[in-house]
Amino acid sequence: MKEHLKECMQAIIDGDTERSEKLAKLTLEKGMPVLEVINKGFVAGIREVGRLWEEGELFLPELVIGADAMKMAMGILRPALEGGEGGPDRLGHVVIGTIEGDIHDIGKTLVATMLAANGFEVTDLGADVPVAKFVETAEEKGADWIAISALLTTTMPGQKKVIEQLEAKSLGNIRVMVGGAPCSAEWASEIGADGYAGDAVAAVALAKGKTG
Amino acid sequence: MGMTPRVTWFGEKTRKKIVAEAMEILEKIGVFVENEEAIELLTGAGARVAGGRVMIPSPVVEKALETTPSRILVYDRRGEVAMDLGEDRIHFNPGSAALRIFDPDINDARIPVTADVIKYARLTDALPNYAAQSTGLIPGDVPEEIADRYRVFLGLQNSIKPIVTGTFKVEAFRVMHEMLAAVSGNADTLMDKPIAIFDCCPSPPLMWSELTCQALIDCARTGLPAELVSMPLTGATSPVTLAGAVTQHCAENLSGITIHQLARAGSPIIYGGSPACFDMRKGTTPMGAVETMMIDGAYAEIGKHLGVPTHAYMGLSDSKRVDYQAGMETAMGSILAAVSGVNNISGPGMLDFESCQSLEKLVLDHEICGMALRLMEGIELRDDPIAMPLIEQGLAKKEFLSLPHTPKWFRKEAYFPDPVIDRGTLEEWRSRGKKDAPERARERVEKLLSKHEPELLDDAVVAHMTGLMEAEAKRYGLEKLPV
Repeated sequence: MKEHLKECMQAIIDGDTERSEKLAKLTLEKGMPVLEVINKGFVAGIREVGRLWEEGELFLPELVIGADAMKMAMGILRPALEGGEGGPDRLGHVVIGTIEGDIHDIGKTLVATMLAANGFEVTDLGADVPVAKFVETAEEKGADWIAISALLTTTMPGQKKVIEQLEAKSLGNIRVMVGGAPCSAEWASEIGADGYAGDAVAAVALAKGKTG
Repeated sequence: MGMTPRVTWFGEKTRKKIVAEAMEILEKIGVFVENEEAIELLTGAGARVAGGRVMIPSPVVEKALETTPSRILVYDRRGEVAMDLGEDRIHFNPGSAALRIFDPDINDARIPVTADVIKYARLTDALPNYAAQSTGLIPGDVPEEIADRYRVFLGLQNSIKPIVTGTFKVEAFRVMHEMLAAVSGNADTLMDKPIAIFDCCPSPPLMWSELTCQALIDCARTGLPAELVSMPLTGATSPVTLAGAVTQHCAENLSGITIHQLARAGSPIIYGGSPACFDMRKGTTPMGAVETMMIDGAYAEIGKHLGVPTHAYMGLSDSKRVDYQAGMETAMGSILAAVSGVNNISGPGMLDFESCQSLEKLVLDHEICGMALRLMEGIELRDDPIAMPLIEQGLAKKEFLSLPHTPKWFRKEAYFPDPVIDRGTLEEWRSRGKKDAPERARERVEKLLSKHEPELLDDAVVAHMTGLMEAEAKRYGLEKLPV
């Protein structure tokens, strides 16, 4: 079992999707405790990936393939948890997208990938997302967070509009994080957002720190 | 003329291979186009739509290239040629559309206001190595929705130089065009002698937004030069290889040229971009990376191969203030752009990944540009024999300073930088207060701004522009313009 956990962790660190698929299936075949394998194997792996990235040991492509390997394993293991021994610690649901008028999407996609890899449920609305769409989707999904990327000063006001619409609909309990080149912590506080994240790892830390 | 120094990135065979593959990409993968009119233009010419993408057959692209001008003249407000874009002729203009300005008083970047935009335009006007001005700052004291037009409004009044700009909103083009036409006299004069260049940015990979498509079509119809700013980011929004980025860039530019020429054949368009070697650690787009500059230089070579004038965002820095890194990256980029023969080099003044302008850096970068322009004049053989009789005369006089040959040529042989560049002695440096380049630049900015008066526009033209701008401001709830 200890060896198995170590292998699961390593598969994520190596970004080896094929291997993480095999290990996840093996977990089920052998009837190993799923929750423990997730938390001490795969999740430990993605945490290590995040740590190594922050230390400058790993680069973005490795972060993304690590997250992909994680997604693969979780896709196999999650259904086995339902109705059984209880799910992994619920981290929350994040609705993410790039605001209307902006069709750039790379930064947002990185954030979505890392959030999903870290155990958040993520609804990625893509790019050029109308203000109302953020609010409707978040309401519908019972989201904990809305993450809005803006790459242009001209689209930034859209982030503010999302917050205004949330308030108008008395959905102030849904937290909002903003990111993207022209954004900053000052901008976030100016528009009443709950936080600013400069990169994918910061977004994960922010979402973890303020959820639940 | 001396021989112009040049750097070559590919052999002829590779250049052809890149273009051929770019055409194949357009034919088989196609481009995503949001704009109805652009889709109609393309399908009308023989492109087909499949799976939401427009597949453009090579003959359509080739036909567009045939009508694309290889030389573009851009004029100043007085109607004189300010830029002659084509072949290996280089021109510099400040980097465009910064969100912030570096303020030495607070040692930090901040949101610019109207007064900054005016200073910036006046400073550019005063510095001769800049062939054009740009709408380099996005003023934060007017509603975001009208900031694009307002920058042009201020720029045109505070510098006679042509203006490199762009739209943030589709409806802005009409207003900007009307202001430019007012300055030129009318729309026909403006078409004949354009005084502005419009940046049109496709989104990588291979996407044309509503805004950018409309800008391309509007430029084509009004004859204002369009400048394609294609920006593959290696390994993020394009293949990670430099050659892959150059090929994707080529496909994006060719699709832009095709849409543009279909809107009006023969209209001027520039093969350009702002790619970056994506930083795999920080997820940023470093403009100061040597690999970014290699992609720029290489695609400029492809643009030349296609016979289209070229542009690149080079000669800027990712540093957050005017420091060693800022100078290093700016100089490296400017020189590489020059020896790559990039016709329109945008970048001076810029810090922090094209997001922060600095007046001090604009003054310092001006000297890099001066040196790059000198470099491109090459080494000329002015005498034959080259040196022997002069050495004989020099030996006889025991010096060369007083030979008639020396005063005749020294001003032509060397570029004399502004004193922001320290070429004095240690003693002089000490006695002048041990100042570094940014401190000297700060003084220079003050001096230039206090003594330089830009040529004023006609009162009637200003009144017309002000009327337009005030109407725009009112539409967005601003009763009075900050000027």
